Amino acid sequence: MFEILGIPSTALFGQLLIGLINGSFYALLSLGLAVIFGMLNIINFSHGAQYMLGAFAAYLLLQYSGLGYWPALIVAPVLVGITGMIVERLMLQWLYKLDHLYGLLLTFGLALIIEGVARNYFGSAGLPYTVPESLQGGRNLGFMFLPNYRAWVIVASLAICIGTWFVIERTRLGAYLRAATENPTLVRAFGINVPRMITLTYGFGVALAAFAGVMAAPIYNVSPQMGSELIIVVFAVVVIGGMGSILGAIVTGFGLGVIEGLTKVFFPEASNTVIFIIMAIVLLVRPAGLFGRRG
Amino acid sequence: MRKTLGLAALAATLACGGANAQQVNVKIGVLSDMSSLYSDIGGAGSVVAAKLAIADFTAKNPGVKVELTSGDHQNKPDIGSQKANQWYDVDKVDMIIDTPNSGVALAVSQVTASKNKIFIVSGAAASDLTGPKCNANTIHWTYDTWMLANGTGKALVKTGGDTWFFLTADYAFGHALERDTAAAVEANGGKVVGKVRHPLNTNDFSSFLLQAQASKAKIIGLANAGGDTINAIKSGAEFGIVKGGQKFAGLLVFASDVIALGLPTAQGLTLTETWYWDMNDANRAWTKRWQAERGAAGKFPTMVQAGVYSGVTHYLKAVAALKSAADGKAVVAEMKKTPTDDPLFGKGTVRADGRKLHPAYLFEVKAPSESKYPGDIYKIRATIPAEEAFRPLKEGNCPLVSG
Repeated sequence: MFEILGIPSTALFGQLLIGLINGSFYALLSLGLAVIFGMLNIINFSHGAQYMLGAFAAYLLLQYSGLGYWPALIVAPVLVGITGMIVERLMLQWLYKLDHLYGLLLTFGLALIIEGVARNYFGSAGLPYTVPESLQGGRNLGFMFLPNYRAWVIVASLAICIGTWFVIERTRLGAYLRAATENPTLVRAFGINVPRMITLTYGFGVALAAFAGVMAAPIYNVSPQMGSELIIVVFAVVVIGGMGSILGAIVTGFGLGVIEGLTKVFFPEASNTVIFIIMAIVLLVRPAGLFGRRG
Repeated sequence: MRKTLGLAALAATLACGGANAQQVNVKIGVLSDMSSLYSDIGGAGSVVAAKLAIADFTAKNPGVKVELTSGDHQNKPDIGSQKANQWYDVDKVDMIIDTPNSGVALAVSQVTASKNKIFIVSGAAASDLTGPKCNANTIHWTYDTWMLANGTGKALVKTGGDTWFFLTADYAFGHALERDTAAAVEANGGKVVGKVRHPLNTNDFSSFLLQAQASKAKIIGLANAGGDTINAIKSGAEFGIVKGGQKFAGLLVFASDVIALGLPTAQGLTLTETWYWDMNDANRAWTKRWQAERGAAGKFPTMVQAGVYSGVTHYLKAVAALKSAADGKAVVAEMKKTPTDDPLFGKGTVRADGRKLHPAYLFEVKAPSESKYPGDIYKIRATIPAEEAFRPLKEGNCPLVSG
């Protein structure tokens, strides 16, 4: 055991692992945001509220239909994704030709409504949701005690992130999607149903947020404001990574989770501002973000 | 005949007019956290409690006319003081009550003193409100950090928890609670082996809990409240804190937090409060009324909301006695002169430094098997009499208390 800057190495490695786990949530959420912005050019400010809806859906599924954690991992994102698609069809599709600000305002307003309604019915203290039995307990890694659930969080997020990146960047479907964003008219001329693809993409982005919500429900407080606390940080992550870049969102999400974890060890009072300091620096040096493409 | 009736009606109207001239007008404002992590502790439930107090009082005292307003301070001292200023200057509010969040309460206390109005703090905790920052216009009602520290802190040290690690919310309340609890721990033979400060409204405590585990302290003192406490305890369950032999001390835990955590996670937690809905028939009856008015299923009132009811009741008594709400200092002096008596807190007094005195109770959260109905979450472990529960008058350094 050796010491780095006054902190024992075992403690440091433990914090790094914790940072990776937090980074998984940042990565999942910023992936959804990056997909929506990259493909649809909509700044989805209701992402945090949709994350919260995912967690609430998991709780309600458990309460009213007895569906536990594992089915909820699939059912909740599908349900919330469908509501996202309805929103897109009814409200967002009129805004694509307009300035980004309109999409931002609409989704921000939606977020406020969703949170307010949830708080009205459920209060703010939060709802209980426990870790599923198969994932309870943990193992002692020597330098820290790693709960099994947190290990699952890293594995699942990595899988989803890599899977999504692969679909968008390396498959034909992803190619259609990217083409449709650049030149929808031409892609439609080839007979591809562009509006439906866009709706499904928004639904997918929202489902990603809801999936992160279900993953968060056992370990974070399931409360109406859980999304609004997280979403600001996630936006900073997306900006640092580059607004449209899928890879940027994933890498930056994990990376910033680790940096925040380290800050909590060395200077905990600054742990919720360090990401914004980095964002300011990155924007000064590389305005398009670390992985962003200009234009 | 018509003329007689007309004269009688005129006489009756004049008599009513005479009674109106005796009427006292009062306006009360409930300033609380309506939308964030403390809104179940105070929030809309406090407004309901105030409504009930006003209804009960005006039923017996028709000569007092009370208006109620409410507002959201969003846990920001600047918004809180701006709201207080606006209420006092523009909206003619006479008394502000509730205000969870010590940072906001300290700010509003200053504003109240400068405008000679009244501030009854039910929600906030910092014992500085009756200490160095006391003034003649502020009364600290339901609880404070000293009471929490000496209730929970002393009890835990006496049962063997003599090394402590603090997880502190990095603002006025957290610092005050950590300071008072550290003093109580050390006064009873314990030792503080470490501490870490986290920002208010932190989502993830895993990093801080790791540091707490590494310290090997027997007790991890949670000097935070609301959503922060819930998140810390939830993460603690995951990281096997309790299985590893350490215990959590929830220094400020409300019934709403325990219900949000659920009994399986919260069982065994020791905490100090001054009011619990299931303690006696009067509390239970009031809780039913509160729930009917509140309209949100499954909620139970916290001691903060009960404190709002009690505070409004005593305030209105003082205003009725003085027949005017205008002079803040005079009404507060009257409130300190008169002993308090209400169905929820029973008999008590308000001290010279603005501290209300009533007994405190050490509770333990029940295990799920012991809970027989919704809301049945506490068993009472000890009663701390009013004289011992709060900081002695001389130790507060309050400028109002000479010597």
